[in-house]
Amino acid sequence: MNFYRILLHAYPASFRAEYGEEMCAIFAQRRREASAVMVPLLWIATVLEIFGNALAVHLDVLRQDLRYAARSFRRAPGFTVTAITVAALGIGATTAAFTMVDHVLLRPFGFADPDRIVKLYEDHSFSAGQGGREWDAAPAQYRDWKNLSRSFDKMGAYRGLSMNLVDAGEPRRVDGASVTADIFPILGVKPAMGRYFTEDDDRDTASGTVVLSDSLWQDAFGGDRAILGRKLILDDGAYTVIGVMPKNFYFPTRDAQMWTAMRFSAGYYEDRTDTFIDGIARLKRGVSLDQARAEMRTIAAQLSQQYPKELAHVGATVIRLQDDIGNQPKMMLFVLLGAALCVLLVACTNLANLLLARAMTRRRELAVRAAMGAGSERLVRQMLTESLVLSIAGGTLGVFLAVAALPMLTKVSPVYLPMAEVPQVDLRVLLFAVGITVATGVGFGVLPALRVTRSRDSAGLRETSRAGGGRRERVRSTLVIAEVALSVVLLVSCGLMIRALWKIQAVDPGFRSENVLTLRTSLPMPKYEKNATREQFYQKVLAQAQRLPGVSGAGYTSFLPIVLGGGVWPVEAEGHPEPLSSRQSASARFVTPGYLAAMGTPLRAGRDVSESDTLASPRVAVVSESFVRRYWPGENPIGRHFNFGAYDLMVVGIVGDVRVRGLERIAEPQVYMPYRQPQMSAYYAPKDLVARGTDVANLAPALRRIIHEADPAQPVVSVRLLSDIVDSNTAPRRVQVDVLGAFAAIAFLLAAIGIHGVLAFAVSNRTQEIGVRMALGARGGDILSMILRDGVMLALAGIAVGVVLAYGAGRTLEALLDGVAPSDTATFASAIALCLLMTVAGSLIPAVRAVRIDPVSAIRTE
Amino acid sequence: MKARPITVDLPDPASLLPLPAATFHILMAVADDDRHGYAIIQDVAARTNGELRLSAGTLYRSIQRMLEQGLLIETRDRPSPDQDDERRRYYRITPYGAAVARAEARRLTQLVKLARESGFASAPLKGRV
Repeated sequence: MNFYRILLHAYPASFRAEYGEEMCAIFAQRRREASAVMVPLLWIATVLEIFGNALAVHLDVLRQDLRYAARSFRRAPGFTVTAITVAALGIGATTAAFTMVDHVLLRPFGFADPDRIVKLYEDHSFSAGQGGREWDAAPAQYRDWKNLSRSFDKMGAYRGLSMNLVDAGEPRRVDGASVTADIFPILGVKPAMGRYFTEDDDRDTASGTVVLSDSLWQDAFGGDRAILGRKLILDDGAYTVIGVMPKNFYFPTRDAQMWTAMRFSAGYYEDRTDTFIDGIARLKRGVSLDQARAEMRTIAAQLSQQYPKELAHVGATVIRLQDDIGNQPKMMLFVLLGAALCVLLVACTNLANLLLARAMTRRRELAVRAAMGAGSERLVRQMLTESLVLSIAGGTLGVFLAVAALPMLTKVSPVYLPMAEVPQVDLRVLLFAVGITVATGVGFGVLPALRVTRSRDSAGLRETSRAGGGRRERVRSTLVIAEVALSVVLLVSCGLMIRALWKIQAVDPGFRSENVLTLRTSLPMPKYEKNATREQFYQKVLAQAQRLPGVSGAGYTSFLPIVLGGGVWPVEAEGHPEPLSSRQSASARFVTPGYLAAMGTPLRAGRDVSESDTLASPRVAVVSESFVRRYWPGENPIGRHFNFGAYDLMVVGIVGDVRVRGLERIAEPQVYMPYRQPQMSAYYAPKDLVARGTDVANLAPALRRIIHEADPAQPVVSVRLLSDIVDSNTAPRRVQVDVLGAFAAIAFLLAAIGIHGVLAFAVSNRTQEIGVRMALGARGGDILSMILRDGVMLALAGIAVGVVLAYGAGRTLEALLDGVAPSDTATFASAIALCLLMTVAGSLIPAVRAVRIDPVSAIRTE
Repeated sequence: MKARPITVDLPDPASLLPLPAATFHILMAVADDDRHGYAIIQDVAARTNGELRLSAGTLYRSIQRMLEQGLLIETRDRPSPDQDDERRRYYRITPYGAAVARAEARRLTQLVKLARESGFASAPLKGRV
């Protein structure tokens, strides 16, 4: 019989209380009637029956509660709309932030068995602080790693490239990568059509082959299925299309649109310091990342001994592809998520407060229901159903908000990741949204529900509208304090990020970015293999460009600063002998005369490169001030020599430093070499044109025409303003600040609503008291300051807590603050001032209402 | 007394149709006499020659819903104390409950008539209606 009583707990408590005894009696009767053989069958039937019926009763209750909730929401539309909006803001912000974090950090890239895919780098920790510790590999190292290692199923290499595609209509520049045959099997992807590369395609003598991305195939060839076997002209070479990759295949970066076979000619293996390929491998089953790392360290040590001249300090390192994301984007995403959770907390607090206030006004109604026999379990359940209905409505709206906000948020994620730009909102994200919706509903519903039932007695019936004693005020006040504290945290975090952004935007990049138009013309080889052909092109284009009306200067460089941060060579300066293996590096650029002037990079001493610096004259270079500071501090560097890459160069000029690696980092010193004293590799051939002038925004058509006249087959790409390039450098930060700002504004608004709500409620509860005070001679000013004081006290308490929390938040953010102190006084002062302002604004309406109270009618109401 | 909605605007009886079998049986069991839960089970069993034995769960779940719908009320008029058990609650059909039961009976009659016309059921014997 006791077991039967336990089973009855499957029913709602109210049902059990009502019918439990009789059900027990009936079951006892049944048992007496049943024969010994039938008893086990009776038990089985009873258990099944109880669970079926209990579920049905629960559903009945739910249906009833929902009907009741719908009715009460219809009666208070203002409350309902507010509650749903608040929930939607909290849930929407959190869902959007989670979607981004999930997309970039949690979800594996779309490759098979992604945990086993690793990147291989040369470890240059010895020169840390100069371009980071993980370096691309030299082909010779890659070859040796591949031959010596046992930890990997397969190892492959790739290198980003971009080529001119002339075949399909207008010439276009296509980004992609040259890859070894192992790459696609390592990633575990198969072409949607055709085949991928084989070892034969990698041979130096093989004819060119290319695999296209789905988007390039659609855009340039209209999805023509006869594309396989077709010959394309890429950079003057003929390539046969052998395959098309599936949609949503991104590698190595989001914008890669074609892949060619990587060919190693014998010369590639000669220079062990020329690092330019990326290693990637698939771990053998059962081999851990640490084991692979240990093996690679051993191999690197072996190579260091074998080639001490070049590799004495060079190690090797293994990183999971999934983890190969910069720290800053990771931090930014977590900050985003943290801020969103703050908004959610504020939203929940606000909703709890709203529901509490509502519960207070419904005390009589609830007391009546209780008096008529509704158990406290039924009332709690009813309240929870109501809050869940609100949160589900809010959650649904919130998911729509999140989807709408996502395209804006995507700017926070770096372009160099192998993934789609805009994340998909799929089942996983929706499950998350459902999870936080339910948590929200329970979170803000449970407190008011418990409060209502704890004081459940007939007091509610007797009480008048003066309900809401001191204790309940305190709970609501605590909630408001929490809201204010959280808004202070968000305001301060946002403020600190704004300060950091300002600081970075104020950094002098080393050039004047306004009024400069840039574009890229990458000259294809072997068409432009001869120096003379290349020089002719540059001279023709630049001469005509400089003649354009309004143009004050134009020039070509290998790579624009910020666009490419790398491209560094080891330096050995006169008077500073250094073995090759431990040389520090400087960034190498080949420029035309006038490039530095067009950029606005100031010449400090000596001269610019000139047309007369040719292969017939000694090799010269213009170096930056930091280069001089590093090697010849306090000396006159003009005329001194240094070894750079494979060349002996003489310094002829000194220019200001440029932030080659973006505004947030001090780059290596810079070395500019004359374009007529070029390097063999086409990689460093000048390709970026800059033109300074008065009306540069409208310069593009004229420049295109000039380039078309010089070479009709030459595509022009990346036409941009230099100022846009600088701006794009801070774009993720700006988005971050915008998002944080939006979150802070929402929290701020909610806190204001919270303060207003508590005070308005207090005023209406104290109508009589205020009336008495006024009758006894209190003036309007006294009442006003009394109410305002209440508001300010709440705000001060919240600010006190918030300031402490905000300092903690600032400390966590420190890595993103670029030197702005987490305790920045101006930021804290503005946040506090804003909060006080908000308090006064939130208190004003209730305070004015209190002043307008007519003492006579207030006293008479009771 | 049991809490139940104030029965000012009861819905049209037809809107509750078709009635769940248990509900209809319970209405028949209390048609002419107030009964407590166990008595209802026994009455239904007797009426159906033992074919339908309502479980306690089904009975009280139905009763709870029928109270809410206004088909039944719980009554205070108890039988003489020697026949009564303190724990027992008695249920009485309301006029609205009777109207709903009649509507259900009409619906079933109509259905059987249609079934006969399609040859699914035999015609009634002569002399009986």
